[in-house]
Amino acid sequence: MHPVELIAVSKSYDRTTKVLEHIDLTIEEGEFFVLVGPSGSGKSTLLRMIAGLESITGGELRLKGNMVNHLPPKDRHLSMVFQNYALYPHLTVKQNILFGLHAKKVKKAEQEQRLYETAEMMGLTDLLNRKPKQLSGGQRQRVALARSVVSQAPLCLMDEPLSNLDAKLRAHMRVEIRRLQKKLGLTMIYVTHDQVEAMTMGDRIMVLNDGTIQQIGQPIELYNQPANLFVASFIGSPKMNLGEATIEDQQLTIEQTLQLPLSMSDIPQVIQRRNLIVGIRPEHLAYAKPEEADLWLEVINIEHLGNETLLTFEVGRELWTAKWLGQWLIQVGERVPLSVSIKHFSFFNRDSGALIQAPTENQHLEVVAL
Amino acid sequence: MTTSLRRKVVFYTLLTLTAFLVFAPTFIAFMMSFMSNQEIMTGQIIPRSLTFDNYVQVFQRFPLMQYLLNSLIVSLLIMVGQLVISSLAAYAFVFIDFKGRDLIFFIFIATMMVPFEASIIPNFHTIRDLNWIDSYPGLSVPFFAMAFGTFLLRQHFKQIPKELKEASEISGIGDFKFYLTVVLPVAKSSLVTLGVYGFLTSWNMYLWPLLATTDDRFRTVQIGLRQLQTQEQLNEWGVIMAGAVIVVIPTLVLLFVGQKKLQQGLTEGALK
Repeated sequence: MHPVELIAVSKSYDRTTKVLEHIDLTIEEGEFFVLVGPSGSGKSTLLRMIAGLESITGGELRLKGNMVNHLPPKDRHLSMVFQNYALYPHLTVKQNILFGLHAKKVKKAEQEQRLYETAEMMGLTDLLNRKPKQLSGGQRQRVALARSVVSQAPLCLMDEPLSNLDAKLRAHMRVEIRRLQKKLGLTMIYVTHDQVEAMTMGDRIMVLNDGTIQQIGQPIELYNQPANLFVASFIGSPKMNLGEATIEDQQLTIEQTLQLPLSMSDIPQVIQRRNLIVGIRPEHLAYAKPEEADLWLEVINIEHLGNETLLTFEVGRELWTAKWLGQWLIQVGERVPLSVSIKHFSFFNRDSGALIQAPTENQHLEVVAL
Repeated sequence: MTTSLRRKVVFYTLLTLTAFLVFAPTFIAFMMSFMSNQEIMTGQIIPRSLTFDNYVQVFQRFPLMQYLLNSLIVSLLIMVGQLVISSLAAYAFVFIDFKGRDLIFFIFIATMMVPFEASIIPNFHTIRDLNWIDSYPGLSVPFFAMAFGTFLLRQHFKQIPKELKEASEISGIGDFKFYLTVVLPVAKSSLVTLGVYGFLTSWNMYLWPLLATTDDRFRTVQIGLRQLQTQEQLNEWGVIMAGAVIVVIPTLVLLFVGQKKLQQGLTEGALK
């Protein structure tokens, strides 16, 4: 029995254009599932359909095996955290947290008990008598979380809950939400447009674009084997370096400027020779000793991040980025030697955008499974 | 902003002058209410001796207390009625999704263009057929439905984030409970504004009470004032002014109290 199951779900506001098309999805018990996509991709709409705040145009939504397409939100046994937190401005933190429990006819004593436990867990004990406007952004966020926790609903939906926080607090709340979810064993569906959030928090990720599923998988899977160009450029920061390519006479030509030798055994799945797009992650454009360099590129911009250095090159019409660990004192305009391996390239069909072959070797350090 | 002293002097002089002009009739009325009839006829503005005779007379000669009470009851009824009905209507226009909602709202708003005088005859027929002539319902019920109030509250309700409604839906709070426990408290300041506005308008109402009452037991104070004027051959202006001053008092009190509440309500602000 899966907590959430979507079968060919679609959504349309005007019956001609579809906001969401043929969404098939199964979410497991206790899973942290992230919906990620650019704005306008339909991810929030999908979440709101699961919550029951938005009607379903086609397909079936099942919760715990029951068809619930027309069930009102209150009977779906779920809780939801909104982007703007949706705290009642005229109520205190305590009243805000308990607001829903009155309606669910939870006994007074149990309400107190749950309030006490939740406040303790979220570090809100000293703030219970404050009004929302007297709280900081992070505290409001925690009240919103507490309100969802106190309902003890097994399924929790979150709609970009961290987008109103500053970067530092966001990183902190990411950890906190993740820990809370594991501790309570909640099934979580989390919507975000931030791929870093998706990568760091999700057990599984679904990438949406223009209302269609691009790929569903574990974060590492999405990073290493992006199903298409969209996922390849969306997941990862800095994004994957892409360029048009052709193969001729054991030579890979990228953007008509770079040429790399290759043997057919490196690319068993690549049959077509033209209309290719190749991609390589910034960390795979590595520094090489001058005498061992595969190619030389001119640096047009350099960003020092302290622990790593980002170098930008011009390759045909594309800008490529290399990520080197450590601090490199290189001047803009210098030509630097790089080593690249065919094994690190992903090959895509230019017309369909679909992946033809994933990199055969992914990291310098292979993915370590414990 | 810094303004030069000269500008300031000019501004304050102009302001004082206009304030004086605007306030003059009220001031003269107030002064006249303390004068004897002879003194008024001599055309003085400042009374030479204060006399409270006019105040004593106005209570003795007319059932002024009864009029005041009637006005108070009618105004309160209208105020409460308007608040209840306008807020419920505004709630429906904002939070309940139904077909043709916006169209209905625009038709609703369009009724503001129909002057009250135009609907007075059908209203009178209705009231008469219901046998509500000379009764509190007859005086108040026709004013319950109020396009302006609905419009005012709708604008405020629209500022309430729709996520509040959705959060309530998810936790199983129905429309009516949401209206009572969230919408009304959050929109308190507009409710106070509308309440004060409704009370004052109905307190100063003249035409409808004149038509809908034939009996002293239900007359409102504005009609009473009018009666003061016509009952004597020679108008006793002192008595009339005394009556007018008494009638104005509740209005002033309400404005002062209401203003304070209004400021509280406005500064409270909503959480974004």
